[in-house]
Amino acid sequence: MSKLRIENVSRVFPGVRGGEPTRALEPTNLSVEDNDFITILGPSGCGKSTLLRIVAGLDQPTTGQVLLDGQAVREPGPDRGMVFQSYTLFPWLTVRENICFGLREKNVPDRQQAEIADHFINQVGLRGFENHFPKQLSGGMQQRTALARALANDPKIMLLDEPFGALDNQTRALMQELLLGIWEAAKKTVLFVTHDIDEAIFMANRVLVMTARPGKVKCDIAIDLPHPRHYTMKTSPEFAAYKARLTEEIRVEAIRSAQAEH
Amino acid sequence: MFDPLKPVSPGRRTALGILFFVVFLAGWAGITLGGIVPPLFLADPLKAAKSGVELFTEYGFAGDVGVTIWRVVGGFVIAAVFAVPLGILMGAFKSVEAFFEPFISFARYLPASAFIPLLILWAGVGEAQKLAVIIIGSFFQIVLMVAVIVGGSRIDLVEASKTLGAKRAGIVLRVLLPGAAPQIAETLRLVLGWAWTYVIVAELIGAQSGIGHMIMDSQRLLDTGQMIFGIFIIGLIGLISDFLFKQANARLYPWYFIK
Ligand SMILES: Nc1ncnc2c1ncn2[C@@H]1O[C@H](COP(=O)(O)OP(=O)(O)O)[C@@H](O)[C@H]1O
Ligand SMILES: [Mg+2]
Repeated sequence: MSKLRIENVSRVFPGVRGGEPTRALEPTNLSVEDNDFITILGPSGCGKSTLLRIVAGLDQPTTGQVLLDGQAVREPGPDRGMVFQSYTLFPWLTVRENICFGLREKNVPDRQQAEIADHFINQVGLRGFENHFPKQLSGGMQQRTALARALANDPKIMLLDEPFGALDNQTRALMQELLLGIWEAAKKTVLFVTHDIDEAIFMANRVLVMTARPGKVKCDIAIDLPHPRHYTMKTSPEFAAYKARLTEEIRVEAIRSAQAEH
Repeated sequence: MFDPLKPVSPGRRTALGILFFVVFLAGWAGITLGGIVPPLFLADPLKAAKSGVELFTEYGFAGDVGVTIWRVVGGFVIAAVFAVPLGILMGAFKSVEAFFEPFISFARYLPASAFIPLLILWAGVGEAQKLAVIIIGSFFQIVLMVAVIVGGSRIDLVEASKTLGAKRAGIVLRVLLPGAAPQIAETLRLVLGWAWTYVIVAELIGAQSGIGHMIMDSQRLLDTGQMIFGIFIIGLIGLISDFLFKQANARLYPWYFIK
């Protein structure tokens, strides 16, 4: 049985002030297997965030349903960890307290909380910054904390919505390797939204390309690159072949999306 | 020196602040000692200072000051204890807001001082009446301001907390409340300042003690020195309590003051 099934999920937003309703997402189907790392690639505005928010339970689909381990998703819950593109650390909590937030909601004993927090602080490389407040961290550090905060809950699936989108290129590349390392070690199931083709290929074992609005899955490409992956892989011929193919797919959509807007 | 929004150094800020007090005192001394305003209407600074010393040494003014402080703090604390939770509930839950908001918006425009005659009928001229004036003056303001602050909480943080397993109580207590706390504290600081004006009004009518009562008494004796000194003391206590409140906030909410 699939870990996560997205069945016929669509979303229409009601029109703003009597305007046309927005068809953000066409009926979409997707099966995610255990340990999959799926990246969802698509032009801006094609409904990627909408899809992820529906899986998270933060938004309700107009049609269809989402099943996690066979159970229908109705509301947000700690079994689906989310990292947002914007910075959403609690500014009044330190790095350590942010990471412990979900554990505290579950009433995990303090000592166990500390152990789990220590583990993830090390894993995302924030040793020495545990007692900093979010405002005292760089963007990359904030997203690493957000990642640790979601992982600490041990969710069944991780939902990442362009988590590195606001970071500079170098930091972004480091974060990709970090996340991939965590995934290779812990074998989490991941849905990762991005509009960056390199990122989509480098991280994934499957890349889904979405069409321009109204979005739906256009193609589903398996990435057969070996693990563990190293950044040098981005210059290999196999990588280049995937990139050429996806660039073509996404270009068509980007043009369509630009034409729709003008 | 006049570069828009350019910060000034702390030393310079203090110096400029003190400079104004000096200018103010000089102006006051100028018009009173220079004979421009007759002493019957406005005592000069020296006379006011002398009256102040007399007030404390001969008339037991410290007792009046103590009574007034206790009234302000008492009324303010009682109002805040009920108003802050109600404001949080209104900010967090739109149906609670819909229920209370129209009435409270109306009630906050009822001038606290206009209730004094009625309150004297109900509660006499004792402490209950004084506290009631302050409570009426503060309660509705606090409720509305806290509701607005909490209602303006960051929705993305609420969503993040939901994906981390927070439920209703967790969201209110561990996301909305800590996020709004520094601004709520600022609101309380502001309202405490207003409570000072209410207490004096309450003490001008039917009081046997307090700073306001002393000012009333002095008017009967046409002692402008004492009156001015009383007003000065109110300002001074306000300044001190404001300073303490600010210090406490900076200590309680260090994250809020990180630039
Ligand atoms: N709450 C909303 N109300 C109305 N329209 C929305 C809302 N959220 C998203 N949309 C619209 O749905 C479309 C898809 O948005 P989104 O899922 O955020 O795209 P992406 O994440 O791929 O950039 C956009 O056209 C956006 O304007
Ligand atoms: Mg998006």
